[in-house]
Amino acid sequence: MPVSKAGTLFIVEHMNNERIRELKVEHITKRFPGVLASDDISLTVGEHEILALVGENGAGKTTLMNIIMGLYQPDEGHIYINGEEVNFKSPNDAFAYGIGMVHQQYMLVPNMTVLENITLGMKESWRTTKIDTAMVRTRIAEISRKYSLHVDPDAFVWQLSVGEQQRVELVKTLCLGAKFLILDEPTSALTPQETDELIRLLDNMSRELSIIFISHKLNEVKALSHKVSILRHGRVVFNGSTKDYSPKEIAALMTGHEVETTENTESPCEGAPALTIKNLCVRSDRGFLALDDFNLEVRQGEIVGLAGVSGNGQRELAEAINGLRKVESGSISFFGEEISNKTPHEVIGLGMGYIPEERNTEGIVPSMSIKENLILKDSEASRFSKAHILKEKEIEDYAQAARKDFDIRSPHINIAAGSLSGGNIQKVILAREISRNPKFLVCVYPIRGLDMGAAEFIHRQLLDLRKKGVGILLISEELEEIMNLSDRIAVIFKGRTQKVLMRDEANSSRLGILMAGVKEDE
Amino acid sequence: MNNYKLWYKVSVITAAILIALVVGALIILAVGGSVFETYWIIISMPFKNMRSFCEVLTRMIPLMIIALGISVSSRSGINNIGAEGQMYMGVIASCAIALHCDGIPRIIAIPLCILFGAIAGAAYGFVPGFLKAKLEVSELLSTVMLNYAAAQFYLFCIRIPMLDPNEKTGTPMTARISSNATLTKFIKGASLHQGIILAAILVVLIYILLFKTTWGYKMRAAGASERAARYGGINVSRYLIISMMISGACAGMAGAVELMGVQGRAMEGITSGYGFSGIVVALFGALHPIGIIPAAFFFGILLYSQVNLQILTAVPPNLVSTLQGLIILIIVAVQMAINNPYSQERFRKRFFSRTIQDIRNTSDICAKGAKEA
Repeated sequence: MPVSKAGTLFIVEHMNNERIRELKVEHITKRFPGVLASDDISLTVGEHEILALVGENGAGKTTLMNIIMGLYQPDEGHIYINGEEVNFKSPNDAFAYGIGMVHQQYMLVPNMTVLENITLGMKESWRTTKIDTAMVRTRIAEISRKYSLHVDPDAFVWQLSVGEQQRVELVKTLCLGAKFLILDEPTSALTPQETDELIRLLDNMSRELSIIFISHKLNEVKALSHKVSILRHGRVVFNGSTKDYSPKEIAALMTGHEVETTENTESPCEGAPALTIKNLCVRSDRGFLALDDFNLEVRQGEIVGLAGVSGNGQRELAEAINGLRKVESGSISFFGEEISNKTPHEVIGLGMGYIPEERNTEGIVPSMSIKENLILKDSEASRFSKAHILKEKEIEDYAQAARKDFDIRSPHINIAAGSLSGGNIQKVILAREISRNPKFLVCVYPIRGLDMGAAEFIHRQLLDLRKKGVGILLISEELEEIMNLSDRIAVIFKGRTQKVLMRDEANSSRLGILMAGVKEDE
Repeated sequence: MNNYKLWYKVSVITAAILIALVVGALIILAVGGSVFETYWIIISMPFKNMRSFCEVLTRMIPLMIIALGISVSSRSGINNIGAEGQMYMGVIASCAIALHCDGIPRIIAIPLCILFGAIAGAAYGFVPGFLKAKLEVSELLSTVMLNYAAAQFYLFCIRIPMLDPNEKTGTPMTARISSNATLTKFIKGASLHQGIILAAILVVLIYILLFKTTWGYKMRAAGASERAARYGGINVSRYLIISMMISGACAGMAGAVELMGVQGRAMEGITSGYGFSGIVVALFGALHPIGIIPAAFFFGILLYSQVNLQILTAVPPNLVSTLQGLIILIIVAVQMAINNPYSQERFRKRFFSRTIQDIRNTSDICAKGAKEA
């Protein structure tokens, strides 16, 4: 029976200071048109417990969490806290119980500062005529210090990198006084050291609160969680204690088949230089030098991984190479031709491929169809148009072929690209870039947020491209990805090349130290 | 099961129309008119005879041409509120030519006048497009301000340099344009003129431009996601300016056609607010050339009813403007409602709430039935 409104209110008052000893969901079912997003799901999380929720994209993890947070109402099933049924109508109700969530897609207002964003949720700072910013500021400082999550309260959110934004989200949730944390892929933007630290931190925090965290990274699941639940197609296919299973076993349960990682095993090739960057200086949106005397060379048929914590100039580098950001000084030489401050169109014309960081806003036009997105860079090519009239038949055939070759899972090629899952959007972008036969490819966080199947597919494509002699600059925060794919690894820190290592010289702790800004010769 | 979305849309639109009618009725009552009579006049008069039907079609012409231009600019990511001003510029430019067309064959004179209207409109559309693309000046600000400027410039022209030399009363208007530059009427006594051919051609051209050419494709990409378009190598600011020029050219042509087909001379109030109504028509027609045709027809009926209401009832014709305003508000609300997944979800729950249990029950019942059979 649903609790009456008055009853809920009473419990809210009552619960505010009480710990959450147990959160239990029973027989949760949620249908969307044509999809059973959650199918009879039951889970229990006890006090001080960390539950890892794993599963491929579209398995229904986020839907389940949104139900717990009150963003969706389940069609069937019940949620109990400390044995009493609760009925969350909105996230506010869930907050009142001390349940806080950090979403995968950050819920921040881009044109407000960090402080303002955090104030938005902190009702206790709202006075009748003004907002008590001093109090919020102190609170942020406290939380930042306590959990070593550094944020600049006066930075605007739009100026922050994805990794920094996630930190803001964490601080925000903690500032709101969350006692039960739900984290949707919390480590995807952190360095190994930071990840280790976060794991240590979360482990510590579990003395005070309970945590559900969603992850694709099974080592973290293994390192952090006490219990693991695996979702597949909206159903719980496995529930167990983490320590009894190896990451490999969990991976197999998750995908339904054995998973192998894609690795670059070939010896580094000695191709001619494809992209040579010398003394490059580029400003960030905030006006400071995001790249300050940056140097790097990538040869043909070589993958150079650029490791670094996001916000150290990676975005600016990728944009400067692609003509999207003004170069202050220095040179970018592409097969001998100077390309700094050329237009994006000219750079693309020279054979540059680009997989941008924000796939939804930079990689595709979300409201346009898959078909239309596939020709975004080539509508004027003789293959797709003649005298500026689009050749619909050719475009259709090309899109059909791309959909098949790149395993883009969609009912047809005329649906809006923005309605696809992250993995499929990335495949659309990859299909577009690879089909253009680029001479070079800049990849920024190519597998961020993707499930193992999609990530594996994309990595295999990159290695194939490398074999064809294409140089690839792989910008990533995932050290595993960088170490598996790269021939050489460069580390970027505060807009400078910290060090360039050969693949066999690199290991995660060495890279992690370099990413943190420590010079090895010091 | 999946068609609840269609039902949702249908019921939202039906509700919107009903709300518009009810609120409109309240206003009619407030001004002391008869609700039924007023609505009956609005709906029935256009279909009474050929002449009045032609009146509606005549009003459709500038509405359609302007709305087509608006659809191009809106889809390219810029809101052209300046069609009114661009239309004024079109009238002045084509009038300047049309006054001196005696001795030029019609086949040359007419396209020439329309062309000059288009050029003037395009030039006037270029300004806000350029300001937005290069200096990030809000087009809402620049187009609205340019409307005022155009209206004053137009008044100046018809008062002093282009004033009809035979006009002794001081009414600001130009002389009649050359008969060689006048668009022919199809039926004697009915207002419908050749401009409708231009409107029809433009529907086809704009449709082809938007959906069949690389230019239209790039404009739509730039309008839908400026960032992604830029990353894809599209020169967003160039297409922004071009789209504004096309939009302005359309408004300018609408002005030329109105001058050459209806008024025969440039006078005060020649635009009749078409520049603004055209925006509503474009939105009502979902920014699609095909959708614009019925939308323009509907607004043609509304505009024509102003005349009839004045003659036949005590209801002030401005009521129609009020109704128009209501419709704009309701369109916006309807668009919000249609795109709101939460209310969609509530709608589904309320009226299509077959849960899993229901399905299981049904299939159980079916299975039982099958067994028994």
